[in-house]
Amino acid sequence: MSKIPQILREDEQQILAEWMRDMSSAEKRSDLINADDLRQQCDRFLRLLQQATQSGQLAEITGEPYALVRDFLSELSDSRARRGFTPTETAKFVFSLKKPVFARLRVRESGNADELFAAIQTTSELIDKLGLFTTEISQKSREAIISRHQQDMLELSTPVVKLWEGILALPLIGTLDSARTQVVMETLLQKVVDTGSAVAIIDITGVPTVDTLVAQHLMKTVTAARLMGADCIISGIRPQIAQTIVHLGVGLGDITTKATLADAFLVALERTGSSVRSSIAESNGKPRT
Amino acid sequence: MERIPILQMGEFLLVTIQVDMHDRLALALQDDLTNKIVSAGARGVLIDISSLEIVDSFIGRMLANIAAMSRVLDAATVVVGMKPAVAITLVELGLSLPGVRTALNVEKGMDLLRAAGGRAGGPAKH
Repeated sequence: MSKIPQILREDEQQILAEWMRDMSSAEKRSDLINADDLRQQCDRFLRLLQQATQSGQLAEITGEPYALVRDFLSELSDSRARRGFTPTETAKFVFSLKKPVFARLRVRESGNADELFAAIQTTSELIDKLGLFTTEISQKSREAIISRHQQDMLELSTPVVKLWEGILALPLIGTLDSARTQVVMETLLQKVVDTGSAVAIIDITGVPTVDTLVAQHLMKTVTAARLMGADCIISGIRPQIAQTIVHLGVGLGDITTKATLADAFLVALERTGSSVRSSIAESNGKPRT
Repeated sequence: MERIPILQMGEFLLVTIQVDMHDRLALALQDDLTNKIVSAGARGVLIDISSLEIVDSFIGRMLANIAAMSRVLDAATVVVGMKPAVAITLVELGLSLPGVRTALNVEKGMDLLRAAGGRAGGPAKH
């Protein structure tokens, strides 16, 4: 039976004092966290660790005894990240516990080199795992932030605008992937229902590349809109994209395509039975209809 | 057994699907509708699916079949009021209902039928 749980329990105050004393200024970062808070964190961490080790489980930190320690570390990692600690600094904070614990082990096991070595190895592995756990947590929370931003961009980047009574425009900007096409399709179709529009113009001026997948996504959107009774026009096809489409052999079927949004708008007006007239050309200056 | 009512409006037939379609209901509708087209000498059929929330491949194919049968019987078919979710599902299922005319609502659908007029069964709009 390892002496580690016993040492942690009996020498808790001593370890804490040494830990606080020996922590280097780089680990303390007193510009980011004040001494009282730091002491509280150390104290709580030590106490939870002590409780967890009483189970005798020292090799794994994924089990039930370490649930509270893991919760504490997640919270610590989160709060430190918010204060401006780097993940390395947070991990170093956990690693710095090794030194005082090793010192205590040395005192206790002074006569027995084998025991001492085994105890140091076990402790070292345990603390390494805890330290790495904080890194993992900060990585996860960063990933969560990234995916939230992606979601935000997804919503921001698919505006459906009403150009005229019965005419919608959907200016697409950025690369089209499956997830985005799904959002585009849903927003467009919902808007078609809401506004009762008969024509929708999909403008792909801002789409950098059109490959077979993007073309297929566009076709799906157009087909779905047609099923609901709305016509789609694709506009904003740049010369290079026209070349790519033909070279790839992507057929856009019988979808109406126009080079510019303006051309597409004229076609859409025609289909809805309106037209644009210049008021300057006519002497009586009738407003456009 | 419940049936979907088929209403006659002049030379057009109006089918409003107000309940979720199941397979037998769809088959019954196909039967009734073809009979009614012949007996009434209808020149256009308008199918309103604005209350239809759920479609599967079978119902999708039934819609395409009904449209094709009406065409054989010389009546134009317009499907109106498809919900976005239904449209996306049909597209994902690969059922783009070629040859079926579509419109946003009953009013526009009727306009389309009237415009098709005597040329019932002509090529689909597009």
